[in-house]
Amino acid sequence: MNELHPIIYEGLEETIYYKKLPNGLEVYIHPKKDFHKTVATFTTKYGSIDNKFSPEGKDYFVQFPDGIAHFLEHKMFECEKWDAFHKFAEQGAFVNAFTGFTRTAYTLSATSRIKENLTTLLDFVQEPYFTDETVEKEKGIIEQEIKMYDDNPDWRARFGVLDNLYKSHPVKIDLAGTIPSIQQITKEDLYTCYNTFYHPSNMLLFVIGPVVPEEILRLVRSNQEQKEFPETKKIRRFFPEEGAAVNKSSSVIKLPVPIPKVFIGYKESFPIKQGQEILKYELSLNVLLELMFGSGSEAYEKMYENGYVDKSFNFEYTHEKNFGFSIIGGNSYSPEDVIKIISETIEKFKKDSINQDDAERVINKEIGAFLSAINSPQFIANQFTRYRFNDLDLFDVLPTLESLTASDLEDVLHVHFSDDSRTTLIVKDK
Amino acid sequence: MEDIHISSEELNGVHLHLYNTNKFKTVSIMLTMKSPLQESLITARALIPHILNGGSIHYPNRKLIQQKLDKLYGATLLLDVQKKGEDHSIVFRMEIPADKFLDDSASLLKSSLELLHEIVYNPLIENGGFHSVIVEQEKRSLKQRIDSIHNEKMLYANVRLLEEMYKGEPYQIPAFGRKEDINSLDAIAIYQAYENMLQTDRFDLFIVGAFNEDQVKLMVQNIFCEQHNNEFMKGFSSAGVTVNDIKVIEDKMDVKQGILLLGYRISSTIQDEDYEAARVANAIFGRFPSSKLFRNIREKESLAYFSHSQMESNKGLLIAMAGIDFIHYERVVEMIREQERAMKQGEFTDAEVEQGKGMLINLLLEAHDSPVGIMDIFIQSVDSGLSIDIHDQIQRISKISKADVICTAKKWELDSIYFLNREE
Repeated sequence: MNELHPIIYEGLEETIYYKKLPNGLEVYIHPKKDFHKTVATFTTKYGSIDNKFSPEGKDYFVQFPDGIAHFLEHKMFECEKWDAFHKFAEQGAFVNAFTGFTRTAYTLSATSRIKENLTTLLDFVQEPYFTDETVEKEKGIIEQEIKMYDDNPDWRARFGVLDNLYKSHPVKIDLAGTIPSIQQITKEDLYTCYNTFYHPSNMLLFVIGPVVPEEILRLVRSNQEQKEFPETKKIRRFFPEEGAAVNKSSSVIKLPVPIPKVFIGYKESFPIKQGQEILKYELSLNVLLELMFGSGSEAYEKMYENGYVDKSFNFEYTHEKNFGFSIIGGNSYSPEDVIKIISETIEKFKKDSINQDDAERVINKEIGAFLSAINSPQFIANQFTRYRFNDLDLFDVLPTLESLTASDLEDVLHVHFSDDSRTTLIVKDK
Repeated sequence: MEDIHISSEELNGVHLHLYNTNKFKTVSIMLTMKSPLQESLITARALIPHILNGGSIHYPNRKLIQQKLDKLYGATLLLDVQKKGEDHSIVFRMEIPADKFLDDSASLLKSSLELLHEIVYNPLIENGGFHSVIVEQEKRSLKQRIDSIHNEKMLYANVRLLEEMYKGEPYQIPAFGRKEDINSLDAIAIYQAYENMLQTDRFDLFIVGAFNEDQVKLMVQNIFCEQHNNEFMKGFSSAGVTVNDIKVIEDKMDVKQGILLLGYRISSTIQDEDYEAARVANAIFGRFPSSKLFRNIREKESLAYFSHSQMESNKGLLIAMAGIDFIHYERVVEMIREQERAMKQGEFTDAEVEQGKGMLINLLLEAHDSPVGIMDIFIQSVDSGLSIDIHDQIQRISKISKADVICTAKKWELDSIYFLNREE
């Protein structure tokens, strides 16, 4: 009985098998016969921004303490009679987890005993076990994690930029919360969040490695059939009205830094975009940033030669369904000069038309970077899930990149880089 | 199982290592130049790859080199310097898409090797030295890089520990050099270090991916045509140094979290018989989340978020570390030492030994799934002189017994305790 639906990516010589189980869980299996390891990610569409929602059975919204999704991720590893870290160690596997803005992922990596390990992954994520005592105990550990981030000026600066950009959207809140906010978290809160977001219908399992798809599916299905889940309910999340304008157009923060830092951020004014449109937009922006500020650009060369920036200079772009932002910057003894050159570069690009040869050079570079990234099974598992949660397909990146033209870049240039949605942040030594 | 072919041979004095496999979407190239650590040369050597990347005869500035790389389908070129035991390595790493995923790339590998050769062998020269403008830019950039390690608290603590622990040895200097050396270096002095590198360093070229082996050998022979007759010299060795008193070092900084490092001299390097036993010991002690340090300091006592240990396989060095509240300094030092004692007295089970071995074998197999992992395995095999065959490697780990682990752990000697404390 061939129940698996194959998705074939001819150019890349990859095939992925798909099945949605009756309880709503989406299962993707990606056989990689030459590899030794199998990586599995079990991900819920629940991250730090989902901090206000209507809990099961309630018709009103409840606000939860900052950092609760991350706290929940920590607490999942402990089950009533066993502990995931140790069980995986006994079975020779590595396990890890991370919490992002929009999702929480649990990752298994193993080269042997794949079926046992996969079962353990499904079981520990589907067995919530919280007591007052274990919740209290975890606060000490997370407190140290928060302090570790506090001592990282780049991390602080990133959330400084997000705080400047956003008035009320929860993307501005630090992923791990704060020391006071995690003190408020109770086991009841954790169960509420768990029950709302860890339902199989809100989750995705991705398995990649030297596996036989039918065998993996059989195992996952029989594991899921042994467990009972309540009926699927629609999750109602609350996001405040944000608007296009920034919270603060500039700020200076003082941190113990040996070299000052400067960052320029742009907020996506109208981030709600659907499917394929997001992909094209996101890739165009990545290409554009590389074209304007990458290591082969005039602006970078000028800033580097004048000593305005050093090799820490960087840029990023993030786009999810209801928020998006770009951040450009790094260490600098001349923050004002960097701000000036970046603004001028953007203005210049807006005025002149983009040269097709330049665009192609950078598109080639992005194609190379993508092919390099998909050497890694972890990257595929992780990003495939992220794209699926946005109704996209990771492997469409390649054809979409190949199809981009200079005029696509010009379109996003004018939409994204508007003065109203810009902020600057300078980090100075205390 | 996978269809691979591995070979190593010397061509014009360059050690060429090929790993031919279809499993990656890219071809990875790495060129390393290794010399014994010499205090007087480290900083100059740290500048060399960046100066070379700043301009060559045919691509006279950084932007033109970068644009050439971009055109080669975004070939990435990463530059690095590393300290491995008593050696210093300059590393150039390139990655390009495998030909079959591109329409128009018949000779992408060849063009990439040519560019790499151009950057390394055809630098911009003036008046018997490197181009002074590029040199000044890179001196400034390195100074900023060294200053910025204050931002990376773990790295800072590590650098400071090694500086104190190996005072008087070349190993005390970080691979990226010292700020105080930068000013005294000029375009000519650095160029001399470069010539010295060409004459005396050991050159290794690693290529991992899908290619025609015979063609690649011919390409390398033609492109890297300079004849190297380098006799690699062995440098300083601190083996046999005994620890008298435990050094205690405290730095103060404006930090929220204290960073504690315990530096052990373990006298087992990759060239020693008990190297695998030491790795298993470290696996039980602190390497993994199932290890003693994580279990006791994080899980039992909630004193840390990170608490683990790592070995420097070429130096006979083991560092145990934890990020803790300032007030728990004494308690956590005591706890780490307690676990060290437990290791030496064999207070662990056979099951823990098997688990540690299992995790290490898992790591080894995983390494074969990434180009970087494979190049690392090549390097280890060069360093150890042992077979690169995966079955032999597994065999070396599998045969370790509990008695072997105790025996190696008994040689661990605590040398220094480093604490990054807050300012009062």
